[in-house]
Amino acid sequence: MSHLQKAAACILCIIVLLMVFATILLPASHVRQFRDAPNAGPSTAHPLGTDVLGRDSLSRLLYGTRVSLLLAPTAALLSTLIAAVLGSAAGFLGGRFERIVLAVTDLSLALPWLFLLLTVRAMLPLDVSPMVSVIIAFLMMGLLGWQASVRVICAAARGIRDSDFLLLARSSGCKPARLLLCHVAPNLRSLFYTQFWISIPLFILTEANLSILGLGVMEPMASWGNLLRGFEDFSALGANPWRLVPLILLVIVVMCFQLVLPSQEVTQ
Amino acid sequence: MIRRHCIVLALALLLCWPPFVSAESAGQSGAELHFCLRGEPKTFNPLLVEEDASETIRYLTGGVLIRLNRQTQALEPGLAVSWEVGEKGRKISFHLRTGLHFSDGTPFTSEDVAYTMKALMDPQLHSPTGDSFRSGEGQVIVQTPSPDVVVVTFPAPVAGLERLFDQVAILSAHSPKKEMTVLGPFYVADYAPGSYVLLRRNTNYWKKDKEGKSLPYLESIRLDIQRNRDIELLRFRRGEIHLINALDAEYFDRLQKEMPAVAHDAGTGLDSEQIWFNQVPAAPLPEYRKNWFRTTEFRKAISMAINRADISRIVFGGHAHPAFGPVSPANHFWFNTSLPVPQYDSAGALRLLTQAGFRLDGETLRDSSGNRVEFTVITNSGNRSREQMVAMIQQDLSQIGIKVNLVTLDFPSLIERITRTYDYDACLLGLVNTDLDPNSQMNVWLSSAENHQWNPKQSKPASSWEAELDRLMHAQASAVSDERRKADWDRVQQIVAEQQPFIYLVNKDAMSAISPAVLGSSPSVLDPHAFWNAEILRLAPDPALGAQK
Repeated sequence: MSHLQKAAACILCIIVLLMVFATILLPASHVRQFRDAPNAGPSTAHPLGTDVLGRDSLSRLLYGTRVSLLLAPTAALLSTLIAAVLGSAAGFLGGRFERIVLAVTDLSLALPWLFLLLTVRAMLPLDVSPMVSVIIAFLMMGLLGWQASVRVICAAARGIRDSDFLLLARSSGCKPARLLLCHVAPNLRSLFYTQFWISIPLFILTEANLSILGLGVMEPMASWGNLLRGFEDFSALGANPWRLVPLILLVIVVMCFQLVLPSQEVTQ
Repeated sequence: MIRRHCIVLALALLLCWPPFVSAESAGQSGAELHFCLRGEPKTFNPLLVEEDASETIRYLTGGVLIRLNRQTQALEPGLAVSWEVGEKGRKISFHLRTGLHFSDGTPFTSEDVAYTMKALMDPQLHSPTGDSFRSGEGQVIVQTPSPDVVVVTFPAPVAGLERLFDQVAILSAHSPKKEMTVLGPFYVADYAPGSYVLLRRNTNYWKKDKEGKSLPYLESIRLDIQRNRDIELLRFRRGEIHLINALDAEYFDRLQKEMPAVAHDAGTGLDSEQIWFNQVPAAPLPEYRKNWFRTTEFRKAISMAINRADISRIVFGGHAHPAFGPVSPANHFWFNTSLPVPQYDSAGALRLLTQAGFRLDGETLRDSSGNRVEFTVITNSGNRSREQMVAMIQQDLSQIGIKVNLVTLDFPSLIERITRTYDYDACLLGLVNTDLDPNSQMNVWLSSAENHQWNPKQSKPASSWEAELDRLMHAQASAVSDERRKADWDRVQQIVAEQQPFIYLVNKDAMSAISPAVLGSSPSVLDPHAFWNAEILRLAPDPALGAQK
């Protein structure tokens, strides 16, 4: 493990610790509005200032980190799992099955999933709690976000379909299911990890977009997604650079995940 | 020969040199005002106007008999020099200006007014403007005793009759160009669907300035069709357009920080934001919840527990004011000045709730059956100020033990819920008000109306105060004197303040952006805010466009 990877792992650990102990560390409740100080700059009471409604930005960032870092990886895991099963089976089996899976993938890529999500939101009962609504939103994202990964995994699986080690395993009497689980999947593991890690920031940003459409994290809850909505006013960022902290944190987390990844591949 | 040409050319160049061109003439010749329409105009027929884009074109091109001055809110002579209302509001006589011509040169006479009125009242045309004049069963009779006199008689009295003519653009009875020939300051010269509408100066326009010069000063107006407000703002910043007619508080603040001279806040406008509870008997809600929403004390307590001043200050950056009721204080004549100022009083709200059988159990409010008081507010997605208002209401109501959830929905889903399925607890939306007259709110306050949002389309009034509202609305609509109508409408406002079927939150300011290149502008609280006096607007001699100046 290089120094850079160690540093990345440390940063991730710190962020996870902050996330876990957020409740203790919060300067104030993330929903409490200090109405005398909306849009305030950093101070001892509010180290990262306050948002437009006077809520403590640090508290909202820590709480938002908890929501996003718990739910975005869950959605990424779900979508990667679907993509791994479908993609590796399609690539390995080939033929008609592969064509059907790819056709379904293309079809679902062409679907206006945004409207599908809007329909789901419209059909949901209104009295579900904000947390349940958020979980449903991330689950929907996980269930609908596998298509791109399927194509990548399918191509990789196709590449090893005629490899020598599979030929050997086949000639030894291995059944297709065993071949898939014990020989194909382990060889695609690094690809699964990559797809998983790159999906996380994608889902965080998707959640930000969905918040605007009413399917993401609703007021008064916080997430990285709705904290990023503060960037709609670019002109204010120059005068209030501390508002960039959520974006910086997102970039740092994504970079750390990417840096930590190779070492995991080796150890696996 | 060549030498002579050179001298002529040099003289021509010399004459074009800025010091030789007066500011005024530079302002008048070739000047083109640019701004955006926020949608495609659905029609150029002024009698069929329904939406904003067509309304803008009607305002700029249509010649009307009587014009409402957007700044003084007084009626001024337009194509009619004078008018008289008679027979208790059934009859109106106009004395027309003589010697006027449409933009294509066709003469203007009383026949054109008669033709317009007949077209307007034709049931086959389904004119939304004409609907305002329908006061009772029977035909509208239009008489033209002379080319400059026209008398219109309605089957029943029409309240605020003369004011309604501000919306009636006169058509030509004889021109082959039909509605494309106009009597207003501009005419439609070109239209590229999805791209722009070009209006050119009507050289036959009747109005002149104090010095006797023909109006309008501008040579043309180019209306770019631009739905996206961010792009509209960006184009204004770049100087590609000269004005933005209506700005949200958020955009206004952004612009004010960068260019304070171009952002104009004309003061409290007519638009309001309000919240209401679903009181539809057939709504698929638990019965105990319906009972809360039907309880006057509950609605009044919610109203008292909302800090409107904070909403105005924080969500709208001070560009809004706590709302009193259905009429904004900006509506000078019709606003009931005796209405109580909305007060924030959470302790008083709690007292009211206790009187109504609610009790505070720790930090949770419960009804007499022990049910926790919790409801969901729906609003349209993508509107940050409404989301922020709900977030503030969440905190305000949490202080009296009420839990509020927010759900944002896309607009069609929201409309579906509030007009068809009635599957919602409470809704927060805004009301865009363009008309000062109470008649424009008939479709809200009559219990049988579709826009009687808390309990629409009632076969008979569900409560005594709604029956009283019906009676007062009908009475003011049929009264002739403005004083009588005002008394009825004041009482309506009072009942609304007492019963709180709509909990009015704020009246938003009328904000616009106008480039310093535009001379003569004077933003008003009435729509159109920025170009209501388009005929006297001119552009500065500097040819540079827009805000960058």
